[in-house]
Amino acid sequence: MITYIPAIAQPPHVLSSVVDRVQRRTRLGKHGWAVLGVAFGVVLLLDLVRRLLSGDLTVALLVGYLWNGLTYGLVIGLAGVGLSLTYDLLEFANFAHGDYITVSAFVGWGAAYLIAGFGRFDPGSLFFLGVGGTLYPGDVGVSVTTAPVAILGGLVVAAAAGAVVAVTLDRVVYRSMRGMDAISLLIASIGVAFVLRYLTIYVFTQQAFGLTVSAWTYGVALPGGTVNVSAPTLLLVASSLAAMAGVHLLLTRTKLGKAMRAMAANRSLARVTGIPSERVILATWLIGGALAGLAGFMIALLQGTITYQIGWTLLLLVFAGVIMGGIGSVYGAIVGGVLIGLITRVSLVWIPASFTEAMGFLIMILILLTRPQGLFGGETA
Amino acid sequence: MSDDATAGGPVEARLPAWAADYWANDLVKIGATLAAVYAVYLVIGALLGYDLSGQLNSLRRLTFLIVLYSIAALVVNLHWGYSGLFNIGVVGFMATGVYTTTMLSRPLQGQNPTGTLPGLGLPFPVAVVGGVLAAAAVGYVAALPSLRLRDDYFAIVTLAFAEIIRITVKASELQEFTVFGVTLGTGGGRGIRTYPNPVDEFFAGPGQPVVEAVSALGVDGSLVAGWAFVLVLVVLLAGVYLLITRLAESPFGRVLKAIRDDEQATLGLAKDTASFKIRAFIVGCAVLGLLGIVWQGSQGYVSPSLFIPQLTFFIWIAVIVGGAGSNTGSIVGTILFVGVVYLGPDYLRRLVEEYVSLSGSVPTFPGAVGALAGGDPQGVLLYTLDQTSTLRVVLTGVFLVWLLRTNPDGLFGDRREIASSIDLEDRVERRRARGDADGQEGGGSE
Amino acid sequence: MTASSDVDATDETELDDADADERAADPDATGRPAEPLLEVDSLTKSFGGIDALNGVTFDVTAGMLTGLIGPNGAGKSTTFNVISGVFPPDSGTVRFGGEDVTGLAPNETASRGLVRTFQMAREFRNMTVLENLMVAPKAQVGETAWRSVLPGARGAVSDQEEEVFERAWSMLEFFDIDHLALENAGNLSGGQRKLLELARALMLDPEMLLLDEPFAGVNPSLESKLLERIETLRDRGQTFLLVEHDMDLIMEHCERVIVMHQGRTLVTGTPEEVQSQEEVVEAYLGGNVA
Repeated sequence: MITYIPAIAQPPHVLSSVVDRVQRRTRLGKHGWAVLGVAFGVVLLLDLVRRLLSGDLTVALLVGYLWNGLTYGLVIGLAGVGLSLTYDLLEFANFAHGDYITVSAFVGWGAAYLIAGFGRFDPGSLFFLGVGGTLYPGDVGVSVTTAPVAILGGLVVAAAAGAVVAVTLDRVVYRSMRGMDAISLLIASIGVAFVLRYLTIYVFTQQAFGLTVSAWTYGVALPGGTVNVSAPTLLLVASSLAAMAGVHLLLTRTKLGKAMRAMAANRSLARVTGIPSERVILATWLIGGALAGLAGFMIALLQGTITYQIGWTLLLLVFAGVIMGGIGSVYGAIVGGVLIGLITRVSLVWIPASFTEAMGFLIMILILLTRPQGLFGGETA
Repeated sequence: MSDDATAGGPVEARLPAWAADYWANDLVKIGATLAAVYAVYLVIGALLGYDLSGQLNSLRRLTFLIVLYSIAALVVNLHWGYSGLFNIGVVGFMATGVYTTTMLSRPLQGQNPTGTLPGLGLPFPVAVVGGVLAAAAVGYVAALPSLRLRDDYFAIVTLAFAEIIRITVKASELQEFTVFGVTLGTGGGRGIRTYPNPVDEFFAGPGQPVVEAVSALGVDGSLVAGWAFVLVLVVLLAGVYLLITRLAESPFGRVLKAIRDDEQATLGLAKDTASFKIRAFIVGCAVLGLLGIVWQGSQGYVSPSLFIPQLTFFIWIAVIVGGAGSNTGSIVGTILFVGVVYLGPDYLRRLVEEYVSLSGSVPTFPGAVGALAGGDPQGVLLYTLDQTSTLRVVLTGVFLVWLLRTNPDGLFGDRREIASSIDLEDRVERRRARGDADGQEGGGSE
Repeated sequence: MTASSDVDATDETELDDADADERAADPDATGRPAEPLLEVDSLTKSFGGIDALNGVTFDVTAGMLTGLIGPNGAGKSTTFNVISGVFPPDSGTVRFGGEDVTGLAPNETASRGLVRTFQMAREFRNMTVLENLMVAPKAQVGETAWRSVLPGARGAVSDQEEEVFERAWSMLEFFDIDHLALENAGNLSGGQRKLLELARALMLDPEMLLLDEPFAGVNPSLESKLLERIETLRDRGQTFLLVEHDMDLIMEHCERVIVMHQGRTLVTGTPEEVQSQEEVVEAYLGGNVA
């Protein structure tokens, strides 16, 4: 019998052939870039050891960078899950994702203030974080250790707010644009991003709000100094792990989660079965939005301040993590986010603080150029 | 020249026949739209009780913004409309231009009376060329590896480049530094004083009599330099329009158009598509560099906070209103964008303040909501009026989404602009006329 | 069927001139009667573990109309894609005019004179038919950006545009689609698009044309018109490699036939030789005849 060669045999993408050719030209081959990257990493590692041995870099400083990078990276990773899932499922880069983070962070912190200062201050002032100078963090005295209920309450509200924002915007904007090309959706998401960002300014002005009073901190003594492990960072790690475990259970144990994974894993099947069911899309926005809300609340907690730009400034790094982990992969987004967090912080060993973010962007560009399917993604045809 | 009157876009369809004929001419389209917006602003000015100077200044600001945004929109159209390159890092290339020119042209250390940041002390024209070349070079670096990326990845890369540039000029390490014994700097987060505007300098010096003559007529003398600068910008716009239209209507533009339709088929016609795309991208980036130099540079002072994505967003909206792929559309779109969306809300606020008697002020949103809850809607109105410039962006976002859903091709998106350096419609008509004549002589061989 | 029955005499000379120019300019293209123009040797290519090509070997002689046939999935289109450089083979070589062109990009194979058309016509749908043709010619001065813009330099661009227009017009007349010159290519019928694509490929003055199912989706009257044009061009010395799965059509019109089956070349020869081979009959009758 004659074997019918399936549609894969058709030219899959003009681009992949160009990639082939570039690799052919540069004589680096498919694994050449990886070898080059690993070699560069080894050189950096050796230099790191040299610096540690020579005393240019203390152990405490390095551990501090790693700890900061891990906590920062967890935030990026949490925020990335939603971006990655919707990017994969609906096939567009949602540039409004950063502003989902912002809006839900403000709402979450408003709730935290309401809980912490209830009965003592005007609820309007509390919920709007004392905009216009009616209230200061010192008055309310919110911190992880002094007002744990407020913080936890704010966390939950932020997650809920993120989910509501994501689903609402899908209903109002993206739902009627299903099936439109990726670029139209991308441009629309930029429009949504600006609506959210400037509505935030409308309500909260461009003021930077201090949020917390100092919380309990544990100093870990290490050669060359102490590394401060603060209560917020511990809460961040704990709640991130809890959220990840929750998402993992959801994806592996529930029918809906399995449907989501199936759709993410097998795009061609999803195409054959038509546009993914609205139920899966809804669940994706809910989960992604809630994690974005969580991330927003956490980054504000970590920094101790919040402004209308908090999510937008995070967005490109979130993209970097998502692209690194491979678009569509939940675990890839988290690992990618943590890697980006670590890279931006540990790069302080070599470059000035002003450029650490730029380093994250550069890494992202390099990944896009050499391994657009992500570090852990499978080979694309 | 290559406009097709019979194609009939959404605008033509709504016009009476005589007007549709005129509308077919590109310059008439631009002129008519501009005149309509001018007329509206003159009426608004009259309602606000502006005197002649006030009206002239209002139109100057309007024209200034239209011209600058038009230049940017033409570049975005060259990148996206013609080459399919989704550049959302427009501000980065503008920043590269203005910062390079500033750092090249600022006086050398020691020759700097004001004590501000020194530079390389190059003559201004040389510095301008340097700024344009730097923007082109950054464009090359950004695009060379990225051309094979998908549209959305390309967008992310251009945005990342713009951010890297903003981070670089903001970096405290580069605020002031010394290389090869020369001290210069970007000014870091505090920004940097740029260079004197040659037009202003002219009217402060040799052109002084013109200013005095105008002042004698009872018009604000400072308008002379302002309008003169706008006219310089208009000439620049005309140059950019000519440049991009000629590019689009050439064999070069024809290949770009083919790439947009089907890149693989274009490769099959022995065209090195990457080379065409990269050249189009670099030309656009060079123009953006120049735009940064004349726009941000003309204000006398730049800081990294000028180069935020909002500017790119506005430029894109102007192009989408007009319809990507049409130069005339980009300019008409920009006129409407600046006139209605960008400046409109502010003038609306002034009108409301003029004709609705409001008193007091509500500084915060909770204050406004509290007043509303107490049965006083005036608080919300007062607060909202204060926030016009913020709400303008919100409305722009809503408008953009609406536009994408209802009219994604824009006003001129379905227009046919034939890409050739000669008038092909004319040639075809002549060949057909000749063919008909031959056919009659030959006596129908079919 | 006579070659020039309804072709304008002036057009014929113009096309011949163009061919002659091309050959004169290319030293390789002159004295090489015995040497095959295209040599394909042991090509393999697999996608995700499925062997699409598994040993494809054949030659194409200059000035001939060669047919490449085989049942669905035999690897005909993949062979075309590998030859034209859409993707490189896993192993094997492609030589064209004596030069190794294996794995060169599509634009590089095309600029060496090896031009293809696609199974699904890939016209530039938002451009007019005339523009579609005018994109194609090689080495247009106006493709250099500054020449199209700078005052002084534009004269040369416009002059060449006039020439390109004249050639494009002759080509449109040759294919009887001059009445569609200003129509957007996207508005053409399937058959007209096939004509357009062939005309566009010819604007490159190709040494050899690879036609991927040029008659698919073409109505019978347009099909005979297209065939007639192809034979006219062949009689003028144009080399063709034609993918087709209509056995009768190939047997009637091609001088040489290559049969592919399951990713490899089965037999090569004249239509008579091929038809007498039992494997061919089996490949067709045993499988799904299209």
